[in-house]
Amino acid sequence: MTRGEWRNLGVGLAFISPWIIGFLAFTLYPALASIYYSFCDYDVFSRPVWIGLLNYRDMFTDKVFWKSLYNTMYYAVFSLPLGLVISLLIAVMLNQQIQARPLFRTIYFLPSLVPVVASAMIWLWILNGKYGILNYLLGLVGLQGPDWLADELWTKPSLILMSVWGVGGSMVIYLAALQDVPRELYESALIDGASAWHKFVHVTIPMISPVIYFNLIMGIIGALQVFAQPYIMFGGGGPNRSALFYAVYLYQNAFDYYEMGFASAMAWVLFIIIFFLTWVATRTTRRHIYYAGE
Amino acid sequence: MKERYYGRLVGRVVLYVVLLAGSVVFMLPLAWMISTALKPIEQTMSMPPTWIPHRHFAEIDGRRMPVKKGETFTEPCYVVYDGLLARRFVVPQSQVREGRLIRHNISGETERIPVDILEEIPASVTEPWVRVFPEERVPGPQARDQWWVVPSNRLTAKIAPRWENFVNAIRAMKYFPLYLKNTLILCFLTVVGTVFSSSLAAYGFSRIQWRGRNKVFLVALATMMIPFPVVMVPIYCMFRWLGWIGTLRPLWVGSFFAGAFNVFLLRQFFLTIPKDLSDAARIDGCSELRIYWQIMLPLCRPALMVVALFQFMFTWNDFLGPLIYLTDQKTFTLALGLQFFQSQHGGTEWHYLMAASTLVALPVIVLFFFTQKTFIEGISMTGLKG
Repeated sequence: MTRGEWRNLGVGLAFISPWIIGFLAFTLYPALASIYYSFCDYDVFSRPVWIGLLNYRDMFTDKVFWKSLYNTMYYAVFSLPLGLVISLLIAVMLNQQIQARPLFRTIYFLPSLVPVVASAMIWLWILNGKYGILNYLLGLVGLQGPDWLADELWTKPSLILMSVWGVGGSMVIYLAALQDVPRELYESALIDGASAWHKFVHVTIPMISPVIYFNLIMGIIGALQVFAQPYIMFGGGGPNRSALFYAVYLYQNAFDYYEMGFASAMAWVLFIIIFFLTWVATRTTRRHIYYAGE
Repeated sequence: MKERYYGRLVGRVVLYVVLLAGSVVFMLPLAWMISTALKPIEQTMSMPPTWIPHRHFAEIDGRRMPVKKGETFTEPCYVVYDGLLARRFVVPQSQVREGRLIRHNISGETERIPVDILEEIPASVTEPWVRVFPEERVPGPQARDQWWVVPSNRLTAKIAPRWENFVNAIRAMKYFPLYLKNTLILCFLTVVGTVFSSSLAAYGFSRIQWRGRNKVFLVALATMMIPFPVVMVPIYCMFRWLGWIGTLRPLWVGSFFAGAFNVFLLRQFFLTIPKDLSDAARIDGCSELRIYWQIMLPLCRPALMVVALFQFMFTWNDFLGPLIYLTDQKTFTLALGLQFFQSQHGGTEWHYLMAASTLVALPVIVLFFFTQKTFIEGISMTGLKG
């Protein structure tokens, strides 16, 4: 390398040094350490003791672990597609030529801004078994609402409902993408006599496919790690642990039982699950994603 | 042609109806929070629910006074005085005969209790009467006996939000001012830390050509894949080893070391600024640090605003971090403090809980209204560049 190149390397590394330090201290070291801990019995107070695969074996024979995984998957399987479809639907409606678009956009976006602790409180109140407004409204149309928070069948649907309320973020992302779709495409589709549905399927969806993919991946990562809502609303896991989510159980192992080794093992299994699902999502959608300019 | 026009018209009507209905659904939880926050406790638990907080007034002895509503009577009653208990009761006229109250006691025997009839209540299904209590009872031995029965049509309701609920909620949360202070300190430090460290790193990743830059940047991108739980335990142990558990430090120190996501966002923006600009400055003998500080930062204000705003929101809303690291109530943030309050008082004082929730949510919402453009642009940016 020339002197100038050496100089650039030095200056460049100096500029990214905050990131390098952060990477070493908050990503690389912790990641390696947690792999090590996952093979140890470790309670923070004494030194970690190597126990080989015992944590992993315990985990796979732990009924609560499987329950938490099931609950999390149940939540993801419903909240993810629901969120993707509803936010896209709202975005498409807002992308029509309508009056007061900014107002509508704000209305649909606002709930996603509410701090998660506050929204958990609001929903605890709305879903309250005795004075809850939701069951009152269901009663008005002749439906007998369940005891959302105390009935183990309904705790997960409660959380899914909450997640749909907070789709504003992905809705705004869709809306931005929809507004970037060139008008000419629609105009030529119109000349070809395409119906509204055809335009949607053959123009809109392909043009915004990268954003759908982005929302899908973000959704997978977010849904599998959901923590604050179930933790706040159901504490130890709700009726019959029906709302004990993966991240909540992981947290309990780490900070309630001080099973740091077990928690680390759970974290790596979570990583593998997320990685695998992201890979599957990428593999299956890749052919359908259209990147303009490629 | 005409058919087509009607088809479009119907389509538009349907569109607006759906949009409006959706808006109502999306706004209802927030409206319900605010409505509950402004009610007295008995209106939070009324069925059917009270939508608009109000106060009742009744005319008693020719004076209009604020009252609380009690039960409704729909059959003729007497207000009777039981001398033995020294208390007044409202009983159906059918249970009183010849100055005696006839009723069955617990063991099923019929009792005839001598009572004085004080007042006749000609209530009926069409003209119900209501028992009312003074809003503030006068303390003393007679405190339990302060009530009147008035015709329900003489009872007037007036919309009256209880702003004092907010003051009371703050008092009930005990350390609310400290929560707010801690949250603001954290917001300030994390915003400053994030903006400076990520813009520095983004500059290094975009404006200086150095060997291996793209490879290192790929590593940076890859770190975004790692979920927080993977690094959570060792980071906790590290802060524990430093003796920082129970202090605010674990919650802000990390932000001074450039998170990959923000670096990525800013790098994308930095790349759009023409190279000639920095080259010209370099020829003039400007150091890289000066180019960064005096040229890049001012030009990238919109992107920096986005990063600052998102970081502020993240810190304000963060729950897991404070939950892990904070042990003393006095160091709690608002989010953690609200959850703590709920776990202590949950299930009864819904009006205070909703008032407190409003106080936690409102600043974020107000901030959004002032920075709407930055916000929406920022979110769209994260989606489109991703």
